[in-house]
Amino acid sequence: MKNLRKKTKNLKKQYLIFDHEVNHMSTLIAEELAKNQKAISVAEFFEKNRQILGFDSGPRSLITTIKEAVDNSLDSCEDAQILPNILVHVQRISKDHVIVTIEDNGPGIVKEQIPKVFAKLLYGSRFHSLKQSRGQQGIGISAAVLYSQLTSGQPTKIISKIGAHSPAHYYELMINTRTNEPEIFKDEEIDWDRNQGTRIELEMEASYVKGRRQSVYEYLKSTAVVTPHARITLIEPDGNEIVFERATDKLPKQAQEILPHPHGIELGTLMRMLRYTERKKLGAFLRYSFSKIGLFTAEEICKASGLDFDIDPHDIDRNQAKKILEAFKKVKIMSPPTDCLSPIGEELIYKGLQKEFDVDFIATATRSPSVYSGNPFVIEVGIAYGGRLQKDDRVDISRFANRVPLLYQQGACVTTRAIESIRWKQYGLNQPGGGLPIGPVILLVHVASTNVPFTSESKDAIAEIPAIQNETELALKEIARKLNRFLKRQGTLKKRREKEIIITKVLPKMAEKLANTLEKPVPDISPVVAKIMGNVHIDSSADKHETGEINVRIKINNHGSKSFEFDIHQLLPYEIKRASPEPKVVSVGDQYDYIWPVKINPGNSKALTYTLELIDENDENKLGNIIVEGMEQELVTGAKCVKGV
Amino acid sequence: MASEISKKKLEHDRLAKQNLLKVTESLYDQFKEGIIPNIVMPSRTKKNIEYNDESDVWVYGGRESERSSKTVKGAFQLLKTTHTIDFLLSNHLSQNRGSTLRELYYISENWDVAKFKEQPESDRLIEDLEIITNLQREYFHMRPEEDGATMFGPIRIHEETKRGDRIIHCQEDIGESGYQIPFNVENINFVDHDANFIIAIETGGMYARLIENGFDEKYNAILVHLKGQPARSTRRLIKRMNEELGIPVAVFTDGDPWSYRIYASIAYGAIKSAHLSEFMATPAAKFIGVQPTDIVEYELSTDKLTDKDISALRSELSDPRFETDYWNEQINLQLEIQKKAEQQAFAGKGLDFVTDIYLPDRLSDIGII
Repeated sequence: MKNLRKKTKNLKKQYLIFDHEVNHMSTLIAEELAKNQKAISVAEFFEKNRQILGFDSGPRSLITTIKEAVDNSLDSCEDAQILPNILVHVQRISKDHVIVTIEDNGPGIVKEQIPKVFAKLLYGSRFHSLKQSRGQQGIGISAAVLYSQLTSGQPTKIISKIGAHSPAHYYELMINTRTNEPEIFKDEEIDWDRNQGTRIELEMEASYVKGRRQSVYEYLKSTAVVTPHARITLIEPDGNEIVFERATDKLPKQAQEILPHPHGIELGTLMRMLRYTERKKLGAFLRYSFSKIGLFTAEEICKASGLDFDIDPHDIDRNQAKKILEAFKKVKIMSPPTDCLSPIGEELIYKGLQKEFDVDFIATATRSPSVYSGNPFVIEVGIAYGGRLQKDDRVDISRFANRVPLLYQQGACVTTRAIESIRWKQYGLNQPGGGLPIGPVILLVHVASTNVPFTSESKDAIAEIPAIQNETELALKEIARKLNRFLKRQGTLKKRREKEIIITKVLPKMAEKLANTLEKPVPDISPVVAKIMGNVHIDSSADKHETGEINVRIKINNHGSKSFEFDIHQLLPYEIKRASPEPKVVSVGDQYDYIWPVKINPGNSKALTYTLELIDENDENKLGNIIVEGMEQELVTGAKCVKGV
Repeated sequence: MASEISKKKLEHDRLAKQNLLKVTESLYDQFKEGIIPNIVMPSRTKKNIEYNDESDVWVYGGRESERSSKTVKGAFQLLKTTHTIDFLLSNHLSQNRGSTLRELYYISENWDVAKFKEQPESDRLIEDLEIITNLQREYFHMRPEEDGATMFGPIRIHEETKRGDRIIHCQEDIGESGYQIPFNVENINFVDHDANFIIAIETGGMYARLIENGFDEKYNAILVHLKGQPARSTRRLIKRMNEELGIPVAVFTDGDPWSYRIYASIAYGAIKSAHLSEFMATPAAKFIGVQPTDIVEYELSTDKLTDKDISALRSELSDPRFETDYWNEQINLQLEIQKKAEQQAFAGKGLDFVTDIYLPDRLSDIGII
């Protein structure tokens, strides 16, 4: 029995945890909720809260439905350590009605749980679980089912299968809006050519939009970026199929469940925990209900709150609970453990951005875990630059909370605030009038936490918690510095390329045209080329005298921005006279190698002169081959360079 | 007479050749001397416009900008300049031919990397050359596309055309639409005239109205049709008649901010071509209307000012060319009444109102009759 439970636990964790304590608690709370809400029906509740649940417009209802289903699929696949294959299919059946199907290869759901998971609001496994996961409230998918039945009158169709040798169960379900209990229209075993997985089909009033940030396509694309281990296929209403292919076979590290940390606890929560605990003594309650409280710390807390270590926690009243809360603040308690977090990791964010965007540069960073009010969190960021991204627009922001894309209320989000508070100018991006910078940039920010502090129930924006903003800024600055280095490098390369265009494409043509117009010889452009490139220019000229002597003058100009040292070699079959300055001479076979060591400062020029007597007129053209030793060729104009011997 | 114009033309060609060659030579010499080729010229921005006390027009000030082959843009600009100069010298000036600005743009198709990307680029380059050489584009035999406007009135001119000399009286020898002003008015000499004044008129409708009503005969007036923002040749001809013959000039336009700019470009010069102000602007030209005060006084039928009109009026308030009490008062009044009126609005008072009452009144106001 125990074994069986263990075996099924992994498979069925998607929608339910077989944990007595949690189950017990959730039932009690559901009962409490039910008592309070007797007067209003679920349908009424839904109607009144449509917008906070994300069903306020046609396009948004579709995104919310798909988001909830895909979140569940990804969570369950990760729990079961399966590489997710997810299919999203949207069909338009009339102007404002669609059928949307979401199918996964996850662990499936056991038969008995299917109706409750899909057709009972506030039924879920993660409501009280303290670990990083996508869904939390147990409202999501059942709200979609409710929305579907309210707008189409049709039941939702579910197929689920938990293994190759198990049957596939087919359900048609609605929510009884009076009792918040599932109504089962069909319950059959069917043939399904999948090994395992879950498929949900909903008909609803909704519309499929394209070409804007808040669309199914963009939502799935964003999801694909932060879930590079998933393959997501989208079939659009026009039959167009888009596959967001997986970029890695590595599953993310499993997040561990943790006990709540004392710093994040509120009075009500503490009182509820005190009332329902199975422990008989306060000391034991503290030690085993919270993380980072050991025997010593528990004693300290009791002392600080003036309560007896052995008092029964069930007898503690509101005032005493308040004292415990105050003691939490006074006593030194270690930060919460961070293995409950599952950051995506720098490498996988890099891969995600790389596979979904065609860009020139990517940088990513994952900060080490940090804590706000007892809740551990990790900030991860990525930047993608260039490619076909829009140059003149404000940057695109991709926000994520626990790997779920946030599409709405960008302006109200702490991540946006963090981006805006950075002075991007110093990292090479324009930021006219403050606000978001401008450039071909996608900025990705992922906030992973056991408790992401959203500004509202619709989970669109993360609240302005200083610790989170600060961590986000630090992370962004880290990648901004990398971007800046990249841009500087690009700038130098671009300048070099532009100069090359000038000297190879423009100046030769200009010189030729000028000579043509004036009917003069084409001027030597190399001095100008050297100047433009900031090079060392070497130019030799020869004057032939009537006596048969030739005066040679080698002029060296340094147009660069630093000083250079090199040797000038002139290989001649003759001896030279009256050289100034005097060169070293090395005889090489039947030739002489004259070597002048030269040191030249930026902006300076030097001249080397000598005289030689020609024996043969024809030898005149043997002059001139000047060789520079000890310089890069691209820094020299007018002479050949050789590497040092 | 004919030889006089020919002589002038030869002299113009000589000047053009000389000045264009100077540009080429200077670039050539820069290569020889190892200087990165560059051309320095006055910068053509609003900030660089200043009032010239001597000529009473707005000209470019002392700010300079450099076209240097240090940058890719500058290098290509200079390459295109060398090609254009070569073309002007070898095709236009040595063969006595000409082409339009648009044709130049198409001609550059054969210049490989030096070809112009769009016509405004070649137009600008010709304007640059005007500034660098201190000559008008007509000297290079460059023609604009737009045909010149027309004029009608008691003046006899002599025009040297490619097909021989013509002597034309601008009332007697022409049809109802008037004498077509050629693109290069330097080819015109004035023979004689009986004119007391010139009225430059914005719209064709009003121009035709004045001809039909015999205004030119009754007042010995030369009527010039501006056709909206006047072409260079129109402005130049008005200036020549004013300066050479001493005929006073009045400008009659619609009553809106754009029309005030038409007047300003005739009287003070345009920002875009301030290098030509001394050549084309007629500082003595007076503004007839339609004035905002006319709109009020004559209760003309009007249109509401658009947002664009309003911002144009506001920008005129800060335009140094309109910095006078007169314009301040008129523009502020117009902003107050939020109305504008066309010239033709006078037709509401009867077809003869404008010629019998409005124009005689206004012309005597501004001291022309």
